[in-house]
Parts: sequence; C-alpha cells; structure tokens
Amino acid sequence: MPRVAFQGASYEAGELSVLDCLTARGHAVPSACRAGVCQSCLMRAVRGAVPDKAQAGLTPTMTARGLFLACQCFPTEDLEVALADDAIERTDATVSGIDRLNDDIHAVHLRPSRPFAYRPGQFLRLFMDSRTSRNYSLASVPTLDDDLELHVRRFSGGLVSGWIFEQLKPGDTVAISEAFGDCFYVPGKPDQNILLLGTGCGLAPLYGIARDALNSQHRGKIRLYHGARDSRGLYFTERLRQIEAAHPNFRYRPCISGEASADGYWAGTPLELALTDNPDLTGWRVYLCGNPQMVDAARIETFLAGAASSEIFADPFLPTAAPPAFAVYVSPASSS
Amino acid sequence: MGLYEEIGGAPAVDAAVDIFYRKVLKDPRISRFFTGVDMAKQAAKQKSFLTMAFGGPNNYTGLDMRKGHAHLVQRGLDDSHFDAVVEDLGATLKELKVPDHLIAQVAAIAETTRSDVLGK
Repeated sequence: MPRVAFQGASYEAGELSVLDCLTARGHAVPSACRAGVCQSCLMRAVRGAVPDKAQAGLTPTMTARGLFLACQCFPTEDLEVALADDAIERTDATVSGIDRLNDDIHAVHLRPSRPFAYRPGQFLRLFMDSRTSRNYSLASVPTLDDDLELHVRRFSGGLVSGWIFEQLKPGDTVAISEAFGDCFYVPGKPDQNILLLGTGCGLAPLYGIARDALNSQHRGKIRLYHGARDSRGLYFTERLRQIEAAHPNFRYRPCISGEASADGYWAGTPLELALTDNPDLTGWRVYLCGNPQMVDAARIETFLAGAASSEIFADPFLPTAAPPAFAVYVSPASSS
Repeated sequence: MGLYEEIGGAPAVDAAVDIFYRKVLKDPRISRFFTGVDMAKQAAKQKSFLTMAFGGPNNYTGLDMRKGHAHLVQRGLDDSHFDAVVEDLGATLKELKVPDHLIAQVAAIAETTRSDVLGK
C-alpha cells in the first residue's frame, strides 16, 4: 500500500486521495471544489511520481515543478509531499561578488555550498537572519553561469535590501531557500513566440528566461521590453544589445515612460510598446515580471490580445506585508 | 451519455474558458465586476463554473455560490448582469459549434444558480 509522507509523518493512503488522507489526520490543506478544477489544493511532490490525472489541467511549468492537485491524487507509489509554497530546504551560500547595476539595483552573486537545482526565472528566499528573509529572482542560468545571480533593489527603509547594500560583502556566508515560482522557460515548443515584459529588477527573471530560451535553441521570436521611468532606472542595456546583435530572433526594447526618449530608447511603458508592436498575441507565451500594477494590467491586456490564459506566466513583486512603514518589495510565492 | 460527455468533457471546458472569459471582460455590461481581480485565479474559477454548467463533476453548494458572489451583489450585481453572463456563455458555445439543444441545457443548469448567485 502506498504511503504519503508529509511534515515528518507518514500515512497509509488506502483508497483516499492525498487531500482526504491528510485532512483526515488533522492537517490543514486548502481545498475548495474537490473536483480537480479550482486548484486550491495544489501540493508539491518532493519524492515519488504522482499519477497523470493529478496533474491534469496544470501548466507545463507547474508540472515541471512537481505540483499536483491533492484532491485528484490517488497514490500508486510512496510519495513525499509538501504544501505548494512551503520552503523545505535551506542551503548555505558564499557571496562571490556584488556589482552595482544602477543607483538602486545591485547584483549579488552567490556560490551555494552544495548543488542547487533551479530554473532561470524562479526566485529564492535570502535570509538576513533566521527569521528575516526576502524573495529575490534569479537572473542566472544553471547551464551558463557558475554562480547564482540575484538583482536586489534598494527601498528606502528596506530592512533586508538595506543590509544587502550596506553590510553584505564578498566572502560572507548567507542562507538561501530552494528555488520557487512558475515563471520559467519550458522547452518543447521551439517555434512559439515569446513576449517578456518587465519593469525595474523584474528584468532579472526575464534575463534568465531569455538566455535559457536562446541557449535551448529556441527558434520563435523572443521580444523583451524592459521599462523604467528614465534611462537611469534601466540596466544591462549594453549586454542585451549584444545578445540582440548575436541572435536574429531576439529583440530588446529599453522603454522609458517618464521623459522624452533619448537615442536608443523607446518612449512609453513596456506594455504599450509591446502591444503596439505585437497587437495579436494568439499563440504566444507571455512572461510578466516586476511592478504589480503593471503585471495585473498586462495579464488582462495580453490575454485580450489573444494569449491563452494558461500561457501567461507572471511574477508580480509584491510589497512585504508588514510592517507597512517599510516599503520593501519582494516577489511572492506562487500564491497569486 | 450525459450532457458533460456529449459536450466533450474537460477538453471542451479548456476550449471554452478563454473564449468565454474574453467575452466577459470585453462585455461593457459586466466588465466592471472583473476589474482588479486576480486573473490567474479568475481563470480557474471560470473553469469551475463552466464545468458545472456543462453538467460536469463539481461539489459546489448553493452556500458557496452565495458567499462567492455576496461582495458583487453589494456592488449592484442583479438579474441583468446574470442574463449577460448566460448570453456570453451561449455565444461562446455557438462559436465552438455546440448544437443548440445542448446550449439550452447548459443555460438551464446555469439558471439553477441564479437565486444563489444573486443572494435572493
């Protein structure tokens, strides 16, 4: 009889779904429709394979992360499962470098003490101490880069970003969580067009996704729109222009919304410019990262322009919930 | 064969969900009820709704329907908006070439939720 391991305990599943098996033992697992539709009961398989039926209707990125619907999962082998958003592993990492990208954004390079699996575009939690942490997106690509690379934006009064900017230095050891998030490149449709839309350090995941796609010999168009109020808010412009010069299917548009456009920049928000250049997004895959208002608006606009709801991947950088006086922005777990 | 199988089951729901949701978002009579909602969650909810309306597996109760729409009733959700949604649903199925007699059955199932959705 297959067993289900969860939070250190292990239960015989019998004829029950993973959801019923765990809730019968008093575990609080969110659920609503119990019919495999609403996705409230999403969980993650840490060990063991779930039946296909438990992943019906999930996006390819969710399936690749081992997510499944607990209400539809009748185990056929032993499983270890976790709540979809739970951080279950911490790893020590050495700071291998810190670069200034612009006035407000620094790149932090980290070398994990043991092999660290992630997909470009995911994010991890960086711990300042055992209780204080923030989420940062990964700009690096495992097959191209030795170290992990995070882009950290400094917020005035920001507890963790202030610590990173003022105290963290090469050689320091920090704790990081495993990588989370559904916003990453999945190979398999090499001719599909890809739209990448981001503001501020929302470029980090998009930079990783773009390089991952190009490195995977993606043949469809890849269009990257990166926006800021003025040119000082952008970064990586030279690198991205070099990538554009080397790859005919990749186009980079640095967008400036707050002032007249200078040479080499486009005037407007990334969303406006993207939709003007590509008014019909039928069949496209869309990645949206950064400012939550931009991400929400872009989700609807790109959907109305024809992108399928299952092909729109978003990573809104939401404000940390408390305390409200701190304007610290982090990327959420996949709760949104 | 039940209605759900006749319409085409889960693949039919997948085919219908984006067409239906786009119609709803573009419908000036009801689009205001959808502004500011989380689109990813909303798409999953639309799927639940379509599955139910197609006679498919669901465990929603009248109480769920009431709770889920109470905040919209407070914002003025009434029969005219309910009718608009049913109309958009019918137009979606027509676009997918679902025969009229099946569309009528779907509309009839949707109709059974009216009083709960509108909190009557």
